[in-house]
Amino acid sequence: MSTTTTDNDVFEPSPAESAMAAAPVQSSVDWNKVARFGGILALALVFISLSGMPVGLDKRTILYWINPGVYVNNPDGVGLTLGYLSLLIWPILLGWAVGNEVVLEGMQATKRGFSDLLAGFGVGALGGLGVFALTFLMGLDREMDPDSGALVYGVRDPLVNWNENLYVLLTFNRGWGFALWVWPLLAGVLALIGAGLRLLPDGIRKAVLAAVTAIVSVSIFQFLIDDVIEGVGETINDPGRLSNFFGDPDDGRPRVDSVFDGLIEFVYAQTGGLRLQGMILIGVVAAALSLAGSYVTRGRFKASRKAYFDKPLAQRTMSTSVLMFVTALALIILPFFTGKIANELFANVGIFLLLALGLNIVVGLAGILDLGYVAFFAVGGYTTAVLTSAGRGDEWPSWVPLFVTDDGEAVVGGWLIALVFVVIFAAITGLLIGAPVIRMRGDYLAIVTLGFGEIIRLLFLSDWLSGYFGGAQGITNIESADFGPLGTVSGINPRSVFYLVLFFSAIAIYVSWRLERSRLGRAWMAIREDESVAEAMGINTVNMKLMAFVVGAVLASFSGAIFSAKVGSIFPTSFLILVSIIILVVVIVGGMGNIMGVIVGSLVLIGVLGGPKQPGLLQEFSEYKLLIYGALLIWMMLKRPEGLVPNARRSRELHQDEFLQDAWLKGEVDTGDDGDVAVEVAPA
Amino acid sequence: MSERILDINNLSVTFGGLHALKDLNFHVDEGEIVGVIGPNGAGKTTFFNMISGMVTPSSGEILFEGESMIGLDPNQVTQRGISRTFQNVRLFANMTIVENVMVAQHCRTKKGIFSSLFNTPGFRKEEAEIRAHAEKVLGFFGTRLIGYRLEQPASVLSYANRRRLEIARAMATSPRLLLLDEPVAGMNPKESAELTDLIGKLRSEWGFTIVMIEHDMNVVRDVSDRVVCLDHGETLAQGSFEEVSNNPEVIEAYLGRPLEKRA
Repeated sequence: MSTTTTDNDVFEPSPAESAMAAAPVQSSVDWNKVARFGGILALALVFISLSGMPVGLDKRTILYWINPGVYVNNPDGVGLTLGYLSLLIWPILLGWAVGNEVVLEGMQATKRGFSDLLAGFGVGALGGLGVFALTFLMGLDREMDPDSGALVYGVRDPLVNWNENLYVLLTFNRGWGFALWVWPLLAGVLALIGAGLRLLPDGIRKAVLAAVTAIVSVSIFQFLIDDVIEGVGETINDPGRLSNFFGDPDDGRPRVDSVFDGLIEFVYAQTGGLRLQGMILIGVVAAALSLAGSYVTRGRFKASRKAYFDKPLAQRTMSTSVLMFVTALALIILPFFTGKIANELFANVGIFLLLALGLNIVVGLAGILDLGYVAFFAVGGYTTAVLTSAGRGDEWPSWVPLFVTDDGEAVVGGWLIALVFVVIFAAITGLLIGAPVIRMRGDYLAIVTLGFGEIIRLLFLSDWLSGYFGGAQGITNIESADFGPLGTVSGINPRSVFYLVLFFSAIAIYVSWRLERSRLGRAWMAIREDESVAEAMGINTVNMKLMAFVVGAVLASFSGAIFSAKVGSIFPTSFLILVSIIILVVVIVGGMGNIMGVIVGSLVLIGVLGGPKQPGLLQEFSEYKLLIYGALLIWMMLKRPEGLVPNARRSRELHQDEFLQDAWLKGEVDTGDDGDVAVEVAPA
Repeated sequence: MSERILDINNLSVTFGGLHALKDLNFHVDEGEIVGVIGPNGAGKTTFFNMISGMVTPSSGEILFEGESMIGLDPNQVTQRGISRTFQNVRLFANMTIVENVMVAQHCRTKKGIFSSLFNTPGFRKEEAEIRAHAEKVLGFFGTRLIGYRLEQPASVLSYANRRRLEIARAMATSPRLLLLDEPVAGMNPKESAELTDLIGKLRSEWGFTIVMIEHDMNVVRDVSDRVVCLDHGETLAQGSFEEVSNNPEVIEAYLGRPLEKRA
């Protein structure tokens, strides 16, 4: 830190006072920090390279017109690929991050300048050197196999991705000597750009970020945009589609040319990726919108948002119900304007949303860490399968109903009747698993639920019960859910699945919302806060926890029943422990104990990254899904443990000190001096 | 006075080899305020934990209104009409002040999952009653726990107000016997004097019988009908404050033996 002298040296100010009074301190390069961030960047780049992401994602073009001239996986490819992007994004991010400083209340931020750019470049250059070091080591290890003439690597065995493809990609097929100067330079310049963003005025920076985000997303989500624009265009050209409410969107109708086909061709290249003209168009539009947005609203949006949250809960009801109504309407209309891919995506998000909402009651509200939640999903799925599939195990006695007609068709309403049994069995399973488990607390409970989750799956997998559940072969030929005149819900028509899931999610949201504001919800919260005290205050903790467990189980079983009807066949492998973990991650990342958080969490994680087996928006990343989940979870726990959309209470729990400090600054904290009640001090 | 509300006979509890309480005999009459004193480690809090069902005694009996309380869970004890506060304030810190008190009425209310889901008139009526009772209980402490404070989390409260809220929470369970564990600890003289007053009112206005552990002798003197001194898990002395405070064994337990006697 550089030191400055103040003009008015009348009295000696304390360091804090001088910082307030002085002109802003010019930032200087903190080489220690640069070295640290540079090291992190180098490690990150090497790790990502060795994870296989750059090579794996090299198939996908992002910008059609930038040509690094190397295509490992895609000889016909052109343009900047997602693989390069997965590396090049990091220098920009860390270049930005190195300039980050915590400005305390009442302190002045340091003035930004050339030193920030220098620091950014330093970080990037160090990171680039890391990549060079990797290529250099690979180059040393690389030799020609005399027999086959192929290039082989010595340490290929432990490091699967230590191979020629990576070497070619990282050296731009020009050898490590090229990497020596090109990577430090490239990464340095990118990091410099990242650092430079700080020097821009707020409005401009927002516009630039909006443009970049828009360009990258439009390019990455190309297939989705194609799908939506095609759907919208078709609906405009052929409004008749709208009358076909629950029908199959591809119901024999010829594909109608979309009015937007021209626009798509203008923006996207034939081989995928944005054309230069498309990039400029999207960048300019996004930047203009951002600028216009900040000019027109001038913080009015933020102000109204703040006004909304400042209102007491009771008075928010009106605005909240309007918001909810609009959202619901949008969700009902939306599927008409999207194609099959998007609807499939929505259906998957919905299935996991339903699960996450159930788990949110168990974990978020009652504080019971249930790691075997998938068990109830499985029970729902298998119960539906047994009742609505002619292909169920042959050992079932004849009195177990089967809602399939003799010609192997679904019985109208059969799924709904099956659902009644599903609820009953899920509740019973919840009680059976819950009763022994619920007396435990904390970590012990988590481990035991984990065990029970696996037991349920292994029972379905076992040879012992294979006459009933088909063992590893599972149950196939599950009938779709036939609602008679309302339509049929089946996997071939994702839109119908979406509506069914929307209906049940609405129920789950309503249930969570009502329970949270009831006597039961308060008891659950008290148990979460302090179980012994809750019990001493007259709450039967065992019953209350069991009830939370069963409510969660029933919601999960709904999801299982829909899953069964959608997929048409279920196997024990659909109910791996991973499913439990992913639902838990959805709840944690979204914001534990908050319904909106859970919705956002499922949209972000399941919608964008994909479920355990379901592809998300970033289909290309599915191989690295768990890596990204893990990284995201670590980052969240460090930076934002309360989740994306936090529950006010949980957020307080995790930021108690800051919360109290804020309250103190606002004068809301009770300092203990009550002048309000006049009491005579007792004579000593 | 009137009839016995709590009768404890030959009660012992051991943790491993340690006798936390030995052959304790203790009784409380309806409408009494009993002060329990004793040096640190005397077994006072264990005594409370045992009455409230958090610790099971090794032998002896606890009769509350003539019925045995041995083996009941803490929530069943509260249900029967004994409520307590904690020495180290244990509020539900992230629930609001009014919720802290509302949740304590759990065992006195009964609307279940279906009426909550369908928001039935009965449910709404019960919620309104719970809320009204909570505000009434909080109003007992003047203005400092009501008004805008109702919707604030308990964690913003000052130490003294947290103690008050704990008492309010215990009151909300509608007990007949209230166990207060060091209610004025950490309060300044003005605040403890006020609370002493309120403890008197808890009996006269709310009809609670009170057992109170307290180190502040001013409070114990001002409010207790009877004082019990515990040391090493045994009753040292019982009687009025003057009797107990002049008892040589009690003085010895607090201050130690005079030097000349030691030899």
